[in-house]
Amino acid sequence: MSLTNDYIKSKLTEKFGDQVTNFEEPYHMLSFEAPKDMNLKVMQYLYDEPDLSFRFLTDLCAVHYPDNPGRELAIVYHLHSLVDNFRIRFKVFTDINTPDVFTSANLFSAANWMERETYDFYGVNFVGHPNLKRILNVDEMDYFPMRREFPLEDQTRIDKDDDMFGR
Amino acid sequence: MRPVQYNLTGENNIKLLEEGPEGYSGEGYFATTLDKVVGLARKNSIWPLPFATSCCGIEFMATMAANYDMSRFGAERMAFSPRQCDLMMVMGTIAKKMGPIVKQVYLQMAEPRWVLAMGACASSGGIFDTYSVLQGIDQIIPVDVYIPGCPPRPEAVIDGFMRVQDLVGKESLRRRNGERYKELMESYGIQ
Repeated sequence: MSLTNDYIKSKLTEKFGDQVTNFEEPYHMLSFEAPKDMNLKVMQYLYDEPDLSFRFLTDLCAVHYPDNPGRELAIVYHLHSLVDNFRIRFKVFTDINTPDVFTSANLFSAANWMERETYDFYGVNFVGHPNLKRILNVDEMDYFPMRREFPLEDQTRIDKDDDMFGR
Repeated sequence: MRPVQYNLTGENNIKLLEEGPEGYSGEGYFATTLDKVVGLARKNSIWPLPFATSCCGIEFMATMAANYDMSRFGAERMAFSPRQCDLMMVMGTIAKKMGPIVKQVYLQMAEPRWVLAMGACASSGGIFDTYSVLQGIDQIIPVDVYIPGCPPRPEAVIDGFMRVQDLVGKESLRRRNGERYKELMESYGIQ
């Protein structure tokens, strides 16, 4: 039996009730949300359930919504069921002042790298990650550059004219 | 009349064929100063160290290949061993994380050493005006010649290389022991 969005949605609501919310289908891809302390439970369920078996984490990233007080950081997981070749998207939201989210590195090995990257750029603290330190940026960087409050441009340079370079 | 004639007017004393240094010559001998002979030897046997990180490196490969053939300028031997090289050619975007590596390679080169920054990224950061990219390699190591362009054409690379040759040929033998050079190195934190 091939998976459908409605079937996954019914399975999730059957298991987690109203904990899983915000079901959407942008471009026919199922997307939903759970409280941040539920993230491992939801993913473990999706992993273990025989007819779902979402066992491949294709992508993990964060999004910063500065206008969403209390829900500034979204952590987005893209999961793939290789048996049915079916993809879903799963989000958890967290306050930017306490960006603590449980690590999924023990469930998906791929998450080790991607969580380090997400920490590097957004400062999401993945609780339980074996080696949470910067991976792409220089070690002495003291901020999280993809957060919206930081300008993209390099602030150390003085020889670019603001009018000419649109800064 | 070449269409780019105006580029060649004004101060431009770089020639492909040089007549040789000034000196006294007679039947079977030629006498000149030592630094001119050393300069002549050095400038025509530069060993480049290509530090190619992106698209400028591809353009440089074209410069090395048969059509443009940089070997004509005595740069036959590309070496990837910094201790034997004279000229470091930095080609392409240098991310901040790459910066210490560029500096380490430069430090491993023996004096006298020259640096050529090819392309907008190596010279100034180019279009990558962003937190992760070094805004010109001259922030970490001294640069002798900058080649503009994004990427520069092989002709521009050859022009830049000839300017390096010119610098090498005219350099005084005492320059690297001088106070000014020492100050320059200290301004980059190099002993």
